[in-house]
Amino acid sequence: MSDSEKFDCLVVGAGPAGISAALALARAGIQVAVLERGEYPGAKNVMGGILFTTVLNKLLPEFWKQAPVERHVTQRRFSMLSRDGEVALDFRTGAYNEPPYNHTWTVLRSKFDRWFAEQAEAAGVMIVPGMMVSELLVENGKVVGVKTEPGGDELRSDVVISAEGVNSFLAEQVGLRRPHDPRHMAVAVKEVIALPASVIEDRFRISGDEGSAWEVFGQAVQGTFGSGFVYTNKDSISIGVGSTIHDMTRHRLNPNEVLEQFKRHPAIRPLVRGGETLEYAAHMIPEGGFTHLPRMVMDGLILTGDAAGLVNASHYHEGSNLAMASGLYAAETVVEAKRRGDFSAATLSQYANKLEHSFVLQDLRKFQRVSAYFNENPHTLRDYPDVMVRLLSDYFTVSEKPKAEIEKEVIRKFRSEIGVLNLVKDVFKIGRAMR
Amino acid sequence: MSEPVAPADDKLKETIEDKLYLVKYKPDKQSHIEVIQEVFKADKLKVVLYICPAKVYTLNEETGECLVNHENCLECGTCAIAAPEYVKWRYPRGGFGVQYKLG
Repeated sequence: MSDSEKFDCLVVGAGPAGISAALALARAGIQVAVLERGEYPGAKNVMGGILFTTVLNKLLPEFWKQAPVERHVTQRRFSMLSRDGEVALDFRTGAYNEPPYNHTWTVLRSKFDRWFAEQAEAAGVMIVPGMMVSELLVENGKVVGVKTEPGGDELRSDVVISAEGVNSFLAEQVGLRRPHDPRHMAVAVKEVIALPASVIEDRFRISGDEGSAWEVFGQAVQGTFGSGFVYTNKDSISIGVGSTIHDMTRHRLNPNEVLEQFKRHPAIRPLVRGGETLEYAAHMIPEGGFTHLPRMVMDGLILTGDAAGLVNASHYHEGSNLAMASGLYAAETVVEAKRRGDFSAATLSQYANKLEHSFVLQDLRKFQRVSAYFNENPHTLRDYPDVMVRLLSDYFTVSEKPKAEIEKEVIRKFRSEIGVLNLVKDVFKIGRAMR
Repeated sequence: MSEPVAPADDKLKETIEDKLYLVKYKPDKQSHIEVIQEVFKADKLKVVLYICPAKVYTLNEETGECLVNHENCLECGTCAIAAPEYVKWRYPRGGFGVQYKLG
């Protein structure tokens, strides 16, 4: 690359958002380079492990025939842990065994992202690994390129798409976002644990390429605002925990200690028993949602994916698919801007409109109060799992006491421990937060 | 309390040290982390000593200073949000740092 060379578009970051944007741009004949700070795409990329693939399937139809995906998810499980008990909602259906497999796959991101980047390269995208963008070049209030490290080289382009990821230093540099708030940023750690496929299939009651996804609340994360997860890969499982940095620090918790407690819980221990830890990883998740989004564009710049705060942190736990969608909309916007020869914020704001009219912002809007609710009502995740397990435990305890009497006692206990009114209030508030 | 007896799971890692041993890095001699020691010393909570998932930060009991083992960093960025008053955390230079194989 010579210094004088100018690209149509520079993309910062080879994750789902950046690669989706670059792939779509290259197909539209736009000259695009992706600058990736890792030594290879995927070297820095981590998530729990579920990739929702409606957008991917549009970009690369029937991707599952080639892509390094692990298992398609046929079983979803949501549960709450008390100290030594569990209450669960467990759902499965054979319908998800048919293409397109309910667009839900477990993946290992370093493997997947590397493959995804190769598909973009084959379409004409220039991928530049080992290059960290240290700052945006700004002239007269307009982004005109980037400065990179090591070397301090300057690269110029008509427009920059930041798919930088959760830390989003570039958005902060140009004032598109305020400093991150520890109440709206989660820290998550995970382990990938090797187990024979047959053992995984027996433990999770799945067959063939079927997969299982567990989201676990309550004591999974010491009652903090977060959750644990267990996802099945082909011959490993991804297990992890995540909570807001605010809650973790408030309780003086170390993320790995929380993960170890989770792994030791009697409902979880049998899943990992005899396994071999292959890798340990840490990552943050932007959970501020709709009310804490940055400004999405300025002259010569578009924010996508985690860098734009596009994560649905409700029980749906979606992010990588929102990232891919945002990358695609950013690409469409750049194609239009190129046609007009105008990369001003006014033209690029089409991108925000596209997000508004898609599931991306419509879903974030729907769940906009979830984060505030749990921050204001920490007792919900801290106390309810214990109370529910205690009540069910009383209910199912076998004795010769007449059942009518047991029921009365359980109801009396429920009234004194939570109270009908409080429960109704909380259910109402959660319901409202989700509407 | 029914704490189950841990089976002989010698390949299932528990401590941060054992887990980091499994992580691939391309270490950079140049540190990407800076701690403003005076602010750290004056801070009572010292959250970085426990919030960091990779134990990058430890306390030098004698001097009261914060020791930074930047080569362990998993590059999540949590420290900079938990303690922005004294931690200046940036990405390592391009090509350096953690290299996840699975992610």
